[in-house]
Amino acid sequence: MQYVKPLVGKIKPTPFNIITGAIIIMGIFLTIARFAGGLGTVTNLDNNNPWGLWIGFDLLCGVALAAGGYVTSATCYIFGLKRFHSAVRPAILTAFLGYALVVFALNYDVGRPWRLPYPVFFSQGTSSLLFEVGLCVFLYLNVLFIEFTPAVLEWLGLKRARDIVMKLTLVLTIFGVVLSTLHQSSLGALFLIAPSKLHPLWYSGYLPIYFFISSIFAGMSMVIFEGSLAHRFLHDKMDETHLSESQGVSMGFAKAASFIMMGYLGIKLIGLAIDNNWHHLFTGWGAWFLVELVGFVALPSFLYAIAARDKNLKLVRVASVLAVLGVVLNRLNISLVAFNWHLPSSQRYFPSWMEIATSIFIVTLGVVFYRFITTHMPVLYEHPDYRHDH
Amino acid sequence: MAITRRKFIGWIGAAAGATTLTAVNSHGASNKEFKGHPQSVGVLHDATRCIGCRLCEAACNTVNEMPAPDKPFDDLSVLDTLRRTTEKTHTVVNKFQPTAGGSPLFAKKQCNHCMEPACASACFVKAFQKDKTGAVSYDASLCVGCRYCMVACPFGIPTYEYDEPLTPRVLKCTMCLPLIREGKLPGCVEVCPREALIFGERSQLIKQARRRIQKFPDQYVDHIYGETEMGGTNWLYLSGVPFSEIGMREDLGTTSAPELTAGALSAVPMVVGLWPVFLTGAWAISRRKEKIAAEEKAKAIEETLNSAAEDTRKQLDDQRKKLTREKESAIAFEIKKALAEAQQKAEEELKAAAEQKAAAEKATEPVDQSTVPPEEDK
Repeated sequence: MQYVKPLVGKIKPTPFNIITGAIIIMGIFLTIARFAGGLGTVTNLDNNNPWGLWIGFDLLCGVALAAGGYVTSATCYIFGLKRFHSAVRPAILTAFLGYALVVFALNYDVGRPWRLPYPVFFSQGTSSLLFEVGLCVFLYLNVLFIEFTPAVLEWLGLKRARDIVMKLTLVLTIFGVVLSTLHQSSLGALFLIAPSKLHPLWYSGYLPIYFFISSIFAGMSMVIFEGSLAHRFLHDKMDETHLSESQGVSMGFAKAASFIMMGYLGIKLIGLAIDNNWHHLFTGWGAWFLVELVGFVALPSFLYAIAARDKNLKLVRVASVLAVLGVVLNRLNISLVAFNWHLPSSQRYFPSWMEIATSIFIVTLGVVFYRFITTHMPVLYEHPDYRHDH
Repeated sequence: MAITRRKFIGWIGAAAGATTLTAVNSHGASNKEFKGHPQSVGVLHDATRCIGCRLCEAACNTVNEMPAPDKPFDDLSVLDTLRRTTEKTHTVVNKFQPTAGGSPLFAKKQCNHCMEPACASACFVKAFQKDKTGAVSYDASLCVGCRYCMVACPFGIPTYEYDEPLTPRVLKCTMCLPLIREGKLPGCVEVCPREALIFGERSQLIKQARRRIQKFPDQYVDHIYGETEMGGTNWLYLSGVPFSEIGMREDLGTTSAPELTAGALSAVPMVVGLWPVFLTGAWAISRRKEKIAAEEKAKAIEETLNSAAEDTRKQLDDQRKKLTREKESAIAFEIKKALAEAQQKAEEELKAAAEQKAAAEKATEPVDQSTVPPEEDK
């Protein structure tokens, strides 16, 4: 294994490079269109539908799917399950990139992006749940950055700085869990203010708890899912520890996710019962609600359980894809599909191709950064100088 | 006591004090009930009197210096489509066909200036303020353009300049706050030819509305829209038909927007306070378990080693004892043997001595001596 690589090698015309290159060029054009013509030029947003795909997918899904960072580091450092150690760094990296891209995407969505620091530094609207989200995401992005610096410092050979940061691990992990609990739940709580707009099957006083709990299994499922992708495409970057531990990580998270998803299912039913919304289940909206809950929560939970019992890694991966899709579906349902459900279909929102393309562009940026970092820095393997250091 | 334009001048002196007060934040989590700023003003819209002339729309356009509309304000065909507020129109009049038949009904739509506004509660930079006059005002110099106010507003009022690339604003009715501060009436109220809009202190407007309902119970639905909706609004409505038939939602409830989010917000400090305690505890427990496990392991190893050593010592001991015993018995045997030999030797010597003595005695009697056989033959 090669530990030191040139920063940017020769870019070869592989299919991956051609496709990502095309997407990035398209993204640059869309960026120009957005900032030259305004949101109206590139999006289908209007006065009835102020939030679209960039909030529903880039922000809500982005944050939920980046939950692997706090889940994995808490598992390893707080709950003391040391066999998850080799999964922490890739999870922290994904979380950091995820949050960085969430903030990047927000620059496209908000009207005056250079004012994004206003809520934190200039005029604090403390009665707003969006303030809480903003503050926590800002702080957590910093925490994730510090948590990831050891990999960068090892890469740069700055041993002393690296050792100082390593001493902060526990404090950072606890801080990360606190901040994640707050903003994951607050993203759900954003919709508490609009009971008249969100369909009663999705609206609940428990929205913050639903968002927090679902972020836990979203994070675990993403760790499993990314693990399977990394095994396929970045196998040569992994060391023996990573390879030997990764099956245990997948099985452990499969068991945990299965269990948590059953709990989630339970509290979703409690939510239905407490607001007596059962009758809505027999409408078209109810059918769609059941697709989300049965097809993308109950089913992956069941598959995880079976797969963990049989030690079937392939099935664990299938379940993780379903679970991730389920969380995406849930976030899109709440922010887009079941939001403004009372409006006639002519006034409903569907994203423009440019909105979809911008979201693809941002996800692609994430993949490119992940690939660059994992091929250069000790993420999927341990740096030989620090091998026995934990 | 409703206040029309004619009575307004006298009234304004009393209100002037209130209007100059600074704005306050919307309330967060609290068990205190907010009943609106005292003496805040509002508008009562009596929809039964509205004739859909659109003069209010024109006045609004002039006062707020907005661009001319595509179709002029005297073109009433605009009323054939249901409209909402836009970034170019802060107020719209809509036409409705009553379900019971008869002539069409009209209703004006604009910001209702909630007593506890959803937009102000939702704004993360405090760009929206509930003024003591009752008006909900907006400060574009703070706005980031996140549009959460538009998500939050239950009446679907705030609008956004989607075609403005760099300086988009959120726009909505200001209740003509600058005019009110000057002691003038809002543009729409000023121009209304039918007094379908009357301006005044909110508490007085409610009394006035109630009197109308009592006086003409056949003409009005027995409800003042805005008295309690979403915690109450400064803009109030009277109607002859159920409000849902003139495009107003009747399912909004009476809970104000800040109350809807108060629970979630109040959980935040508890998470901040308790999560570190719980997590550190969890860490300490797992750490302690690790330590105990390590100690137990070390102890077990030590015990194993100790017992092994003990066994060896015991074996050696036994061996030693056995050897000692054998040695002792061997010595005892040798001693016994030596003693026996010594005894025998002693006896023999005694015997020999006795014989010698006897022989010596015989020598003194020679006859006897020759007859005695030698000892060896015995």
